[in-house]
Amino acid sequence: MRLSGRFGRFGGCYVPEILVPALEQLEAAFLDAQDDPAFGAELNDLLMNYAGRPTPLTRCRNLPANIYLKREDLLHGGAHKTNQVLGQGLLAKRMGKTRLIAETGAGQHGVATAIVGALLGFETVIYMGAEDVERQKLNVFRMQLMGAEVIPVESGGRTLKDAINEALRDWSASFETTHYLLGTAAGPHPFPTMVREFQRIIGREARAQMLEQLGRLPDAVVACVGGGSNAIGLFADFIGDPVRLIGVEAAGKGLDGEEHGATLLRGRRGILHGADTYLLQDEDGQIADTWSVSAGLDYPAVGPEHAYLKDSGRAEYVGCTDAEALAAFKALAESEGIIPAFESAHALAHALKLAEEKPESIMIVGLSGRGDKDVAQAQALLA
Amino acid sequence: MSRYAAMFDRLNGEGAFGAFLMLGDPGLETSAALLDAAVEGGADMIEVGIPFSDPVADGPVIQAAAQRALAAGVRVGDCFDLIRGFRERHPQVPVGILTYANIVVARTGFMRDAAEAGTDSLLIADVPALEAEPFVRDMEQAGIEPVLIAAANTPDRTLERIARLSKAYTYCVSRAGITGTHTGGSFDAGLVQRLTKFGAPPPIFGFGISKPEHVRAALAAGAKGVICGSAIVDSAARGEDVTQLIRSLKGATRNDSAPQ
Repeated sequence: MRLSGRFGRFGGCYVPEILVPALEQLEAAFLDAQDDPAFGAELNDLLMNYAGRPTPLTRCRNLPANIYLKREDLLHGGAHKTNQVLGQGLLAKRMGKTRLIAETGAGQHGVATAIVGALLGFETVIYMGAEDVERQKLNVFRMQLMGAEVIPVESGGRTLKDAINEALRDWSASFETTHYLLGTAAGPHPFPTMVREFQRIIGREARAQMLEQLGRLPDAVVACVGGGSNAIGLFADFIGDPVRLIGVEAAGKGLDGEEHGATLLRGRRGILHGADTYLLQDEDGQIADTWSVSAGLDYPAVGPEHAYLKDSGRAEYVGCTDAEALAAFKALAESEGIIPAFESAHALAHALKLAEEKPESIMIVGLSGRGDKDVAQAQALLA
Repeated sequence: MSRYAAMFDRLNGEGAFGAFLMLGDPGLETSAALLDAAVEGGADMIEVGIPFSDPVADGPVIQAAAQRALAAGVRVGDCFDLIRGFRERHPQVPVGILTYANIVVARTGFMRDAAEAGTDSLLIADVPALEAEPFVRDMEQAGIEPVLIAAANTPDRTLERIARLSKAYTYCVSRAGITGTHTGGSFDAGLVQRLTKFGAPPPIFGFGISKPEHVRAALAAGAKGVICGSAIVDSAARGEDVTQLIRSLKGATRNDSAPQ
């Protein structure tokens, strides 16, 4: 490996030996592409003319007006995921791979991968927990419509972490022809670094847009954290600024119980899915089952750079319960005419709390995705 | 002399046969009996899994074994107790643990406890040579021999590091994939030669062994032994007497063993 793959003591590359050459090849392709203007130009063209960048920075009109929403919900595919699947898709082409595999929880990353598979001409296989396949039939159909094969994963708890396990197992046998298009800024090196770089555009745009609209930097940027790709993408360009960075984890049914996904708030350091990071686990190191109303935050690990930002104190991490997220989901729909993803509603819920405490504080909230995928669940929950 | 070195001495050129079993599968008592049965069937060394909730290097058979053990409430401490009991009953037979990184780092003093129970070696499936050094230091301090995996696609510079860090034996994987999904019969003599060139400890093939002809093919490729996992675990799960399978596989390691 050419880079250390470490964020302080976190990160690394904890995979079976057989996968190390594939990750070395990926790191080399990524670093070479970074220096290749043709790669940057092609990616930029896709981001602008296919996916719809730049996305707007929208000032709230009826909710507290110091809240600005970075509108990744308006990106093609309906979430920030598209930014980085385009980057990884082009890298997979560059490496001569013909097949993509990916994991998905609620289906957003699976849909994004199916999009890039169709666009760039890959055979695409999506691993999805059997439980999630049942819960997210619409997204399963969207993936299939774009030519992806969806394989229900029956092992373990039959959710996101099991889908990642199964994708890693597939990759152990298929890496010569197949790129594993991991969906978040987690996993083994180089994924956390590479995904951050492909998502960095969120914060870069938001920072420039705020400077243009207000002539100043925000006081805080707020984003939800599951694996942490939209948060790290929004934070990255603000790390050197005097701006509070706030990550919002899923507090589920409450941080005092066991039904949550608050890895940084309630987890302990460990090693899972290739990285040294915080994990929800029992005393023996068995990985815990997590809970969140939002499938995208329902994950027992977290990107290692967030673990580092927490320990270094540069970023703050807080929790938001299912009920608080649902209230913010409803408020944004009613007040601004925007239906956010449940994940993004967690970030908004915390921003609304902060706006009450400090009305003068200017905030950028990562609206990482739109809520179409969640409306059926919302209908049941709000009934 | 370590138990592995003594075993290779005793075997005097005959291939070593390692039997893999998941500790605590399907429960503690049966698991202890299966370890004894493996020795009775002729296993020269025993490799034991400590169950982990998310075993990414394992196929369906070993995954299911880990799940059964965890569902039975088996804890890491119970696994050490099983090893301790085995060690008392079989003072000479080398025992190696195969598990995952999080099981090791979650327990303060994992290496010390493993050594104290009578474990001889440790292989951590998701710690490649690149990340192995701090783990190897801890193992050596506790008196446990590190085992690393070498695969057919592992480049020479990594094999050199594996050769330097490994002690008991070198766990060889001839082809891509996870446990229990190989059809067997194809073992890479080139990998064995490269390892030998770098002075690695005895190469043992670990994936794709379920029939006597696989054992013979692995040894013909230059390996000093084989480990059979999924086939034994599967046989035990079906309620069969594993000594028969082990006896037939061990039979194929003998110098006078000829294909039938």
